[in-house]
Amino acid sequence: MGDAPVLEVDDLVKHFPAGRGLLGGSGGTVHAVDGVSFALREGEMLGLVGESGSGKTTLANCVVRLHEPTSGSIRLNGRDITHLSRRELRPLRRRLHMVFQDPYSSLNPRMTAGEIVAEPLRLHRIAGRKDRERSVIDIFGRVGLGPEHRFRYPHELSGGQRQRVGLARSLILEPTVLVADEPVSALDVSVQASILNLLRDLQRDMGFSCLFITHDLATVEFLCDRIAVMYLGQLVEVASRDAVFSDPQHPYTQALLSAAVVPDPEEQRKRRRVVLEGDPPSPLVPPSGCRFHTRCPLHDLSAPACEEDEPPLREVSPDHLVACHLVGPGTRAPRIADPPDAVTVAGG
Amino acid sequence: MRAEPLLEVNDLSVRFETDEGPLLAVDQVSFTLAEREVLGIVGESGCGKSVTCMSLVRLLPETAAVSGSVVFGGVDLLALGPRRLRRVRGNEISYIFQEPMSSLNPVFTVGNQIGEVVRRHLGVSRRDAHRRAVELLQLVRIPAPERRVDEYPHQLSGGMRQRVMIAMALACDPKVLIADEPTTALDVTIQAGILDLMREVRERLGTAIVLVTHNLGVVADVADRVIVMYAGRKVEEAAANELFAAPQHPYTVGLLGAIPRPGERRERLEEIPGRVPTASAPLARCVFADRCRYADETTRTQVPTLRTVRQDHLVACFHPEAERAA
Repeated sequence: MGDAPVLEVDDLVKHFPAGRGLLGGSGGTVHAVDGVSFALREGEMLGLVGESGSGKTTLANCVVRLHEPTSGSIRLNGRDITHLSRRELRPLRRRLHMVFQDPYSSLNPRMTAGEIVAEPLRLHRIAGRKDRERSVIDIFGRVGLGPEHRFRYPHELSGGQRQRVGLARSLILEPTVLVADEPVSALDVSVQASILNLLRDLQRDMGFSCLFITHDLATVEFLCDRIAVMYLGQLVEVASRDAVFSDPQHPYTQALLSAAVVPDPEEQRKRRRVVLEGDPPSPLVPPSGCRFHTRCPLHDLSAPACEEDEPPLREVSPDHLVACHLVGPGTRAPRIADPPDAVTVAGG
Repeated sequence: MRAEPLLEVNDLSVRFETDEGPLLAVDQVSFTLAEREVLGIVGESGCGKSVTCMSLVRLLPETAAVSGSVVFGGVDLLALGPRRLRRVRGNEISYIFQEPMSSLNPVFTVGNQIGEVVRRHLGVSRRDAHRRAVELLQLVRIPAPERRVDEYPHQLSGGMRQRVMIAMALACDPKVLIADEPTTALDVTIQAGILDLMREVRERLGTAIVLVTHNLGVVADVADRVIVMYAGRKVEEAAANELFAAPQHPYTVGLLGAIPRPGERRERLEEIPGRVPTASAPLARCVFADRCRYADETTRTQVPTLRTVRQDHLVACFHPEAERAA
């Protein structure tokens, strides 16, 4: 795994105008993604974790240019693709593909699985009919489908098989970057396992880089090398898997980890979880300063800066980025599950 | 050595007439629920867990053919007339659904909707109903209940709406609360709060809870006892600690192996190849036979009956873990 980024996202912003509805919607602007920067390295699996409304799907859609970003830039293999037109993007689509959450609605019901998977080859005018067929049979084998599945329609396939078809379509052009948006969350547990195993095998065989988007921490821990945690349109922590799971710094990351349920009653009932107070704020009016300050379990310790200044995402130890006023180089985050009097914070 | 059960389900079967012919959704399921107990029912989609629970209080459409009995307070709910059934529903057994938004009426305030339940079932005045609504919102830990009571569902977050649903379900102090995937539509940080609330409801009000979920972590968090369902049948039942420590049915073992767990770095997750069978009539074999690595002639030709293989641990399998290890 090299360190050269294949995909660089710099200060990406995506705002949507909020609709003025029949019942008098307030108008205004939805700050879906608000200044996100990260790099996807060659051959890595980067997990992007966030809850609903965090902007993770909008970010994914910007990266593959299903949305045009409001500002900021996206570079693929060094080339700026932020504002390319559809026509200019077309040749680059070979290198950047997406797998969607719902394998049913993302497959054309009138096409057979084989036609769906061959479509990218056809659109890019790659190979003749014969070669195309050979490529399709080959990729079907790689995703664990038999050649006979080529003649089935999506409704004749199970959820897991449909997601395999989705993967085959995304990978047939051997992209350098795969963006996977919650590819297993619509599937049953036993089927999820086989798709996750498959994704890991394919990534190792084919060597693509993958931005894997999910709300499920256990999945990223299984699959990903590095993890980025998103809250209300911004990244709050980016670090290696080990650092995130054994030494989480941002209080939101800590809360997320403490809230995850473990399928083991003895362990689960020993866990001390921190229930976040209040509702997630609206992305229409994100809080001032640190966006997490309204729900931060460390608010007793918070500095005036928490409410006033946006904390930058900065490196607090090698390759570990955190956006929190209470954390800095040499200053570790207080544990949110500790009793409050056990921690002391200088200043503020 | 259990006390008299609060609810007793015997040989419950549910069959639907569909366009593709009859479908057996639940196949002779029996279980009991004790007072103050939290019973988890787990399984994947199509296993019959929700249908089982809906049939307890007869929420299924007319096309469902339900047989067996559901004994509550000495009477069979499946044989009850509509008026007496209505008195049980809501008053003594109440139900919360997965998606709180679609179960709340968007044009009435929260207080109105909780108040309606209170007035209908307890026959109190409007003013008392309103006061009770505020109390209930307080009970489910909604901040500023005096203000929230006059808000509409769309003004509340998903977690708050689910709390309102729970408040409504608790309005008449029911003995049994049936919660069908109550946290599935919610984020993990919100789910944590709802699970805490369910535990508190049981501890403070003594309500017995039937918790239906596909999430083994949720069951591990709150359930005392767990039933595992597969293809309409109950395949395993045990105390929560026992089930997770020593799962017996190959399906349960497979399910537990399929979930990535925090802190445990595995190379691969366990897979369960194949698909769930659907049937129009009871299958004369183990329903898991097609996908089971231990399947043999017996498995494919006979129905395994539920039997005790360890203390208070029932399993419907010819080759449970305990006997293979021996």
